[in-house]
Amino acid sequence: MSQGDFVRRLQQPGSGVYTTASGWQKVHLDFLLFLLLAVLTAFGLFVLYSASGGSEFYVKRQAMWVAIGFVAMFITAQISPRLLARWALLPWLGGVFLLVAVIFFGTGAKGAQRWLDLGGFRFQPSEVLKIAVPLMLASYLGNRHLPPRFAHVVSALALILIPAGLVIIQPDLGTSILVAASGFFVLFLAGLPKRYLAIAATGIAVAVPMMWFYLMRDYQKQRILTLLDPQSDKLGAGWNIMQSTTAIGSGGLHGKGWMQGTQSQLDFLPESHTDFIIAVLAEEFGLMGVLLLLLLYLLVIGRGIVIGLTAQSNFGRLLAGSIILTFSIYVFVNMAMVSGILPVVGVPLPLMSYGGTSIVTLMLGFGMLMAISTEKKRGV
Amino acid sequence: MIDDYALKDPQRDYRIFFARLVFCGLIVLLLMAVLAWRYHHLQISRYADFAARSDSNRILVRPVPPPRGLIFDRNGVLLADNRPSFNLTIVTELTRDLDGLVQELQALVTISENDIDKFRKQQQRRRRPYQPVPIRIGLSQEELGVLAVNEHRLPGVQVTAEQLRHYPLGEKLAHVVGYVSRINDQEIRTLDPVRYRGTHMVGKTGLEKKYENQLLGEVGYEKVETNARGRVMRVLERVEPVPGRDLYLNLDSRLQDVAFQQLTGERGAVVVLDAVTGGVLAMVSTPSFDPNLFVSGISHSTYNALLNSPDRPLFDRVLMGQYPPGSTVKPAYGLAALQEGTVSAGYRTFDGGFYQLENDERKYRDWKRTGHGWVTLKDAISQSCDTFFYDLGFRMGIDTMAEYGRLFGLGVRSGVDMPGEAEGIMPSRAWKRGARGQAWFHGDTVNTSIGQGYTLATPMQLAVMTDRLANKGLIRKPSLLRKLIDTQLLTQPESRRIEAAEEHWAFIHQSMEEVVHHSRGTAQAIGKNIGYRMAGKTGTAQVVGMKQDEEYDVEKVAKRNRDHALFVAFAPAEDPRVAVSVIVENGEHGSSAAAPVARAVVDAYMQHFPVESLQLTDSGGALE
Repeated sequence: MSQGDFVRRLQQPGSGVYTTASGWQKVHLDFLLFLLLAVLTAFGLFVLYSASGGSEFYVKRQAMWVAIGFVAMFITAQISPRLLARWALLPWLGGVFLLVAVIFFGTGAKGAQRWLDLGGFRFQPSEVLKIAVPLMLASYLGNRHLPPRFAHVVSALALILIPAGLVIIQPDLGTSILVAASGFFVLFLAGLPKRYLAIAATGIAVAVPMMWFYLMRDYQKQRILTLLDPQSDKLGAGWNIMQSTTAIGSGGLHGKGWMQGTQSQLDFLPESHTDFIIAVLAEEFGLMGVLLLLLLYLLVIGRGIVIGLTAQSNFGRLLAGSIILTFSIYVFVNMAMVSGILPVVGVPLPLMSYGGTSIVTLMLGFGMLMAISTEKKRGV
Repeated sequence: MIDDYALKDPQRDYRIFFARLVFCGLIVLLLMAVLAWRYHHLQISRYADFAARSDSNRILVRPVPPPRGLIFDRNGVLLADNRPSFNLTIVTELTRDLDGLVQELQALVTISENDIDKFRKQQQRRRRPYQPVPIRIGLSQEELGVLAVNEHRLPGVQVTAEQLRHYPLGEKLAHVVGYVSRINDQEIRTLDPVRYRGTHMVGKTGLEKKYENQLLGEVGYEKVETNARGRVMRVLERVEPVPGRDLYLNLDSRLQDVAFQQLTGERGAVVVLDAVTGGVLAMVSTPSFDPNLFVSGISHSTYNALLNSPDRPLFDRVLMGQYPPGSTVKPAYGLAALQEGTVSAGYRTFDGGFYQLENDERKYRDWKRTGHGWVTLKDAISQSCDTFFYDLGFRMGIDTMAEYGRLFGLGVRSGVDMPGEAEGIMPSRAWKRGARGQAWFHGDTVNTSIGQGYTLATPMQLAVMTDRLANKGLIRKPSLLRKLIDTQLLTQPESRRIEAAEEHWAFIHQSMEEVVHHSRGTAQAIGKNIGYRMAGKTGTAQVVGMKQDEEYDVEKVAKRNRDHALFVAFAPAEDPRVAVSVIVENGEHGSSAAAPVARAVVDAYMQHFPVESLQLTDSGGALE
């Protein structure tokens, strides 16, 4: 009698409830995570109202997206992780197909083609890849021997770099790095041997200067130069970062009060309801508000890590770990760029920034996390 | 799917995963700590810095320019007014593509190359950031509408309202009132930057310049909150400006108008003084120009045309034109001779048509080649006998002549409240030594005695001389300003007098009366059909020196070399209330060209200031 049998037997009384009871017990939902997400999105709508200059239009639209996101999360949470793993290739293929479509039919702004126009509804396929890539990777590596062998690493890299490359040529460096990161997290968590990590580090060290000279567009270079010296271009690229740090700094400890931020209300702050919304929060709610937000994020991340650590399968562990780490990276990159310690890349603040695709994608990810966290309910 | 399944070691897999996820979790914790540190740094350590920057971002202290004081004539007629004008301005700091924006604006409203030139110049000048720079002044209602519709897509473009100076009477008062215009590069260095904050205009000429300090007012300011595009969202605090003080002039625009009409088509000047108060009732210099051109910024071509015109319309002949006064000085020297005992009232001399100094071949000719025969001082004045005055001047001597000349205001600035007055010349030994480095000759004395030679006087100085004759020696400054809005009528300080016996004054007055009213008076033509007694004196000033024995031939002499015609007068002769000087450049004869102008002006004065009304209403204006 193995230990596994023993454990299973102990669960037997409970499992009877699962199979017979109807209602909540059948629902796959992580209540702590759900609560935290509800608080964060509500906080987000609250800040958005101020950031959009008291616009009900923006808040209503975003509330609609939040609702759609929660529904998507709820539905995803009900899907068995095994099913997810089995069909992981589908979203990946679909995502890559859409990225190719963007190249030919896409619309965009400021010299970048990022959107597909689906009859008045704009859709950004690169967002899908943020979920599809880790899902694919987790599915691929989860069924194999860990740590991955060389051949698997090569295949995994292909699965990462094909979509990342397609995003980079849009061009959208920020998203492409994040898509690639979500895939690399799976590789890393799967136990990628240290020598590969060393090779990757060397590769990046070589690639960065190459990118600077051959791949990066002028505006991207400008963003990095601006980061180093925002004063160099006060009314151009430096404007955003000067205004956002001014907004944050002038918030002080307690902030200027909701709807009272002069930087955001008087339009000094650019993109105040999308990528720069943290500056509005920081200006109006001060450091206290920022720390509260960080705490909420940390709780979400902590819960995500626990879900990863307690997941039942390698697929679940890898996917959960990747999703929550990618989420953490979003939070960090956004808050760091707005406060002037990273160059400005187009990364929204998760659950706070205005934008439908972003919030639905995130909620899909959290839905998967919940599916993983409640896998136990399904029995092994 | 099935590869190496047998070799899978779930425990080992999990250990690696666990370690790596926990490691990543710690990294995330570290990153969050970095964020917390960064936000703490911005919001706590550097709070004061950013709070100040945020305030300076939004709070703009804007100067509120004071309305410039208005200028009225003695009857309350508005001579200088402020009118709202809408200007198209650009805050260059808020524009990304200035050239593109200018092109876009050109599609909406008319903007000339000249406007753009001026804009560029002003834009390159040192100025405070976020200060709008005007590109078009005086927008029409339609243009305002077009701009309002398109404003949202034109960042940095603002329509500002400004009070713009306007001169309703235009060229009639251009030299007196002067004009304001944009502060230029030199002025910006000398003007008090605090007082002129928000003011773009400064008085350049005339009263606008003279009374700049009174007219300017005190700048106010307002603290406003602006958004990122420089639009004012609300006013946080406002200190009202103190308006400039209004000027009330002694000038009478009706007389000014008459004098201006009289000189239309001529180059000349008229000064009318109130012989009771010393106030300037009119001062006209023709040709003139439209001062309103300078307010909104005159174009180069227009300005050059004015500047280079041979008629010199920008030149104020009243104060800056220096002419030989000719015979108009004779009454003054006559009085000096009587007072000094050089001649008596009954003294007679024979005029044979010329005068000669002892031991000198040169003949000093009379304007009448046949001579006037036996003449007294009275005849010499009324018929303007030169020979008599050659003799009189020679016997009186240059020193006495110079002394009296200066007492009558020749060679001395009148002190009228206007900028840029010329001094003229009352020749004397000292003057000639200083200016020419030469000794004084008898011939100089002879020339001086008929107001020729070195003597130069402005029309204003001639009017002052006439006023002093009329008032029997009262010395005072003429004054344009009657009062400021918040002051009493100006009073003149205790005045000096030219000391002379009453009978001498009376004699000179009678002599001057005969100029107009005696049948042989040089200006008897204007004495016809006149309802009052006028005392005057004609004058003719040579523009080109005549050689000995050379005949002055009107036909031969080009128009611009013809003599200047002068006339001075006061009226009524028995109780002088008005003193006038007239000069018509190249008008040839004082009697025919200048005297009728004086007659018309004095007629107008008599009509507008009848004796009864003067005593009733104007007594308050008299300077006691």
